[in-house]
Amino acid sequence: MSSKIDLDRVEMPKQSPEKRKRNFQEVALGYGPEQAAKEANRCIQCKKPKCVEGCPVGVEIPTFILALREGDMPGAVQALKRKNSLPGICGRVCPQEVQCESRCVLGKKGAPVAIGRLERYVADWDLSTKKCPVCELLPPSGKKVAVVGSGPAGLTCAADLARMGHSVTVFEALHDGGGVLVYGIPEFRLPKNIVRSEIEYVKSLGVKLELDSVVGRQVQIKGLFEEGYDALFLGIGAGAPRFLGVPGENLSGVYSANEYLTRVNLMKAYKFPEYDTPIKKGKKVAVVGGGNVAMDSARSAMRLGADEVHVVYRRGREEMPARLEEVENAMEEGVIFDFLTNPTRFLGDERGMVKSMEVVEMELGEPDASGRRSPRVKKGSEHIVDVDTAVIAVGTVPNPLIASSTPELKTTRWGTLVVDERGRTTMEGVWAGGDITTGGATVISAMGAGKIASADMDLWLRKDGAWDGK
Amino acid sequence: MFPIVRRKEMAGGKIILNEILAPKIARVAQPGQFVILMAGEKGERIPMTISDMDPVKGTITIIYHVVGRSTVAFRRLQAGEGYSSVAGPLGLPTEAEGAGLAVCVGGGTGLAVLYPIAKKLKSQGSRVISIMGARTAELVILKEEMAAVSDDLLICTDDGSLGRKALVTELLKEVLERERPDLVVAVGPVMMMKLVSEITRPQRIKTIVSLNPIMIDGTGMCGSCRVEVGGETRLACVDGPEFDGHQVNYDLLLQRLQAFREEEHEAMMLLGEEEIERCPMKKEMERE
Repeated sequence: MSSKIDLDRVEMPKQSPEKRKRNFQEVALGYGPEQAAKEANRCIQCKKPKCVEGCPVGVEIPTFILALREGDMPGAVQALKRKNSLPGICGRVCPQEVQCESRCVLGKKGAPVAIGRLERYVADWDLSTKKCPVCELLPPSGKKVAVVGSGPAGLTCAADLARMGHSVTVFEALHDGGGVLVYGIPEFRLPKNIVRSEIEYVKSLGVKLELDSVVGRQVQIKGLFEEGYDALFLGIGAGAPRFLGVPGENLSGVYSANEYLTRVNLMKAYKFPEYDTPIKKGKKVAVVGGGNVAMDSARSAMRLGADEVHVVYRRGREEMPARLEEVENAMEEGVIFDFLTNPTRFLGDERGMVKSMEVVEMELGEPDASGRRSPRVKKGSEHIVDVDTAVIAVGTVPNPLIASSTPELKTTRWGTLVVDERGRTTMEGVWAGGDITTGGATVISAMGAGKIASADMDLWLRKDGAWDGK
Repeated sequence: MFPIVRRKEMAGGKIILNEILAPKIARVAQPGQFVILMAGEKGERIPMTISDMDPVKGTITIIYHVVGRSTVAFRRLQAGEGYSSVAGPLGLPTEAEGAGLAVCVGGGTGLAVLYPIAKKLKSQGSRVISIMGARTAELVILKEEMAAVSDDLLICTDDGSLGRKALVTELLKEVLERERPDLVVAVGPVMMMKLVSEITRPQRIKTIVSLNPIMIDGTGMCGSCRVEVGGETRLACVDGPEFDGHQVNYDLLLQRLQAFREEEHEAMMLLGEEEIERCPMKKEMERE
């Protein structure tokens, strides 16, 4: 039997690097029906599927793949959506290589089943045909829940609670829902019409979305309870930028990655002047950092028409936290990587625009207590390089807006909210999950946290019980 | 949508007042706070200080000078139409506490920001001396409103068409020759706030200014509005917009406000709008 299995996965068509490096259209084009069917056939339908254990929201992977294989697309959609309300997003941005696909038994001999690509195929079929009925909702519970933040954690929590019969309102500070899905991840990785459609699906479950609503300013946590909400979920992310703290960082043309990507993605500055928000179209751009946000920034700069884009990272390629696929995509598109390099200051012209950057070379020392090799400066290696735009992508920290106005919410010394394994905060009736509890992490881990919290919230709401008693 | 319930043109259409229905904001807004508005889906997010609020009617009032592409778009909105997005209230409320004598100095549309602060100080028992200035008489706004909350109101214009022919800084110096205020609040062009702070610094008179850097989200997420205060980087949208005038790096603020000069110029040309009239103090600074 196993000898018949094709050990190679079906490749997904992509835009060529030459073409895609100058447009904002999606890079990966997705499977066609034949490709999807062929890949689905590789799944051996394990009796005890390990892939499901690798999925933070427990999608019934063999079930949806089987339905897809049998040509029952509505059945595939329903199997997917029983656990995941945002499959079009997850199929695109999850790091499947460390989640579901890492557990696939085929991976022992060859390539694991391309679960993410199949999930994307099914979700896109659903979005384009709209043939599937909205999944069943439990009868109304009479309970009201407020979800703060419409990123992946909040949307997942809201969708699950709505299906459990609760009345859910999501409060979003920005003018568009989706959190990092709309302001952070670029169009070329995650088209905004996919995000919008999936948010519409969550709304079709009865979830109300209140935009322009800044909790912590317009209304406080206590105020929401006074308005009659029975429970709260905080999915407010880790949205405050970190800077390097080096001289010249406040020069014009030096952006936080959050600002750069928000201008590009949320405000569509790449379409200026059709859209009103401007952005500097740098010719020589330096992106500082080595994570996915740095890759997104560098690839966006390339698409804005830069001649040269450098990713400046203080460690080596092996240590980069970005997904391998994104690093490869960036390299194919011509992004230059300056490893073991660190900026020490920015220099400006008479108008206060950045014109160059001083960097030092680094070398990696012995592994420290955490097992990471810490970089140290090579003496005498400092030199000046020309840049007209710099993007600082060295991570984010939780925004203190809500915690600082709500003393009942205990925070760690990193500013993240303290929660237990069920997502309960230190304040009665308030749960939290996603980056606000973990610091910057992944979309799917935020969704997992939203799911865990929604299950516990449902139990608590139905028992009308005390906060401490389970 | 956030409908405009009252619209008033001032200064021949150069300055516009919008009273906007936004009950959730009106209910909790305090002097010193601001909102971020968008005229439509393709618009920019533009910060505007709330110059008046009516929790009973559920309205907030903004007053803006038509200076660029987005304010040109705002001007086109008639009463009954509205903004696609109004987020707020944002920023910290004004910290100025009524005590003894307060001198409120405002230039141009800075008066729209200064007025609720002066009103608050007066209601808390301060003696309020207000100094207001503009380039010319037609650009003087909120004269009656400021008079109603001030014990003394001094007006000046650059061309002498209303009040004294002088800059607000000259009037401030004259006041300081005969009075010792407990607090000075200055709101207006950056250069004006800088000069006011220089005047009050030697006498160590507490001086509060309201800064107006470029913003996007207004919730502390992006750092576009970063300013340097006392040598430290602060975010005007969450740590401000009011700061100790003696601690602010005004030159950096002016530089950062110019970051998109070419793009703004390009956008105005496309609209076929005339170039923006510039503040005389800014011209003065550029000559330096």
